[in-house]
Amino acid sequence: MTAVHAELRGITRIYSGARDVHALGPLDLDIARGEFFAVVGPSGCGKSTLLDVLAGLAAPTQGTVTFEGKPVVGSVPDGIGVVFQEDASFAWLDVADNVAFGLRRAGVDPTEVRRRVDYALGFMGLADFRRAYPAQLSGGMRQRVCIARTLVMQPRLLLLDEPFGALDQQTRLLMGDELLRLWRETGSTVLLITHALDEAAMLSDRVGVMSARPGHFIDLVTTGWPRERDSRIVSDPGFGVITARLWSSLRAESMKAIGRTK
Amino acid sequence: MKGRQAAMAVRVAVVAVFLLLLEVLCRSGVISPLVMIPPSAMLISLCEMLLAGDLTDDIVRTFGTVAVAFAAATVVGFAVGALVHALPRLRRALDPILASYYSVPFFVFYPLLVALLGLSVLPLIAIAFAFAAPAVVMSTLLGLDRVPPVLLKVARIHRLGPASTVFHVVLPAALPSILNGIKLALAYAFIAVIAGEFILSGGGLGYHIAYAYESFDNKTMYGLMLFVLVSAILLNGLLHMWEGRLLRRRQR
Ligand SMILES: Nc1ncnc2c1ncn2[C@@H]1O[C@H](COP(=O)(O)OP(=O)(O)OP(=O)(O)O)[C@@H](O)[C@H]1O
Ligand SMILES: [Mg+2]
Repeated sequence: MTAVHAELRGITRIYSGARDVHALGPLDLDIARGEFFAVVGPSGCGKSTLLDVLAGLAAPTQGTVTFEGKPVVGSVPDGIGVVFQEDASFAWLDVADNVAFGLRRAGVDPTEVRRRVDYALGFMGLADFRRAYPAQLSGGMRQRVCIARTLVMQPRLLLLDEPFGALDQQTRLLMGDELLRLWRETGSTVLLITHALDEAAMLSDRVGVMSARPGHFIDLVTTGWPRERDSRIVSDPGFGVITARLWSSLRAESMKAIGRTK
Repeated sequence: MKGRQAAMAVRVAVVAVFLLLLEVLCRSGVISPLVMIPPSAMLISLCEMLLAGDLTDDIVRTFGTVAVAFAAATVVGFAVGALVHALPRLRRALDPILASYYSVPFFVFYPLLVALLGLSVLPLIAIAFAFAAPAVVMSTLLGLDRVPPVLLKVARIHRLGPASTVFHVVLPAALPSILNGIKLALAYAFIAVIAGEFILSGGGLGYHIAYAYESFDNKTMYGLMLFVLVSAILLNGLLHMWEGRLLRRRQR
């Protein structure tokens, strides 16, 4: 549990253009192997940018990223799966083919593809929609297709950028439970970006609270939950304490992010 | 499905009413037979010519020219579009030219092309290609521009190589726009070939129409016009059907 799985050191990211945008950092972060880490922060603070940098999709302007002991430079290392904030389903493939996409490209044996796709579709509640096309699905269902497409690759580090953003509260809670179950079963490391403080508090081992842009971590909150847990911990007295602390850290930053000072 | 059938019925009805009206106006003498012959007579004239084999050479020649120009415009247009997309500096140089391309009446160059290439199908192919290819270039550029960046990120997360990314992500994502360009290219190639034949050539449907016009042969002229009209509509309809099959289920 203490072995470091991914490590960020002195990371900054500046989007250069007519006006440079300092989007992120400088920040440091160690994510332990098998940890469930949540990131919360005000809108536009650089959460998605952080994810891009961690996954090797974008080079940091400064600093280094290390994944499983090897530096991440220029390309995405094997073993990282990402669910993006935007809809990233392939409109020209049906649900089953969307989910099988990565496995087929990797040349996985067809019976194994079938097995894993069936499992993931069942897991994400999409079994009845395997022949539907993304255009025929709701936004939340499309997002689940993307989650399934990532899960079948069995990533060791799973990065999720507001994956439940398009879901209603009840479904969110249930999907959160499923995610916890998956996390326990696979032993993978999870980094979850979310704007819902209760979701962060309920799911994770640790929550990183980010400042307004340029984002860096202003608080790291250890939840202390047991590994065997589910959404029912929202009624634990400790849960209120954690969300209260997250909100007090975040309140001032959220105000900055929308341009108010007090 | 119901709505589409209803729309189709309305379309057919509109055309039928229009034809019927023309028929009545021509037969009653409101429209003089020197100006126009009734639609039914056009159809009869066309059938006679087709059966007698009078049109076979012209049809082969015109459609052959259109096919060659269209195929070249599609292949070259796509290749150029992809290349220009890959080279942003070339792109910046070409963008203004592409943007104003269709505002230039380059048909004025057709006689020049005839002078250069001779009175054969070559200047026709050249002018039809020049008319059609830029549509494919532009739609390819547009399609490639509009591939959502997040899909390219998905490709990178799955560690696809460049060829695999293009084949499995970029092209399918850009396909609807590229197909649009291909449809335009067919229409443009057809227009250019018929018009070119009309102005200056030694054969083909357009030439035959112009010839009939000059010899006051309304029967032949209108029969031929009907044929050109119907074949253009049929060709376009075929392309639409093909496009519909390809894109059937992805419309958002
Ligand atoms: N390609 C880009 N070019 C220029 N600026 C960018 C680009 N992408 C993001 N930014 C800027 O960087 C900052 C951080 O963006 P990012 O998407 O990482 O924020 P976020 O925390 O994920 O926001 P949200 O909660 O709304 O998803 C924002 O101010 C944004 O305007
Ligand atoms: Mg974001």
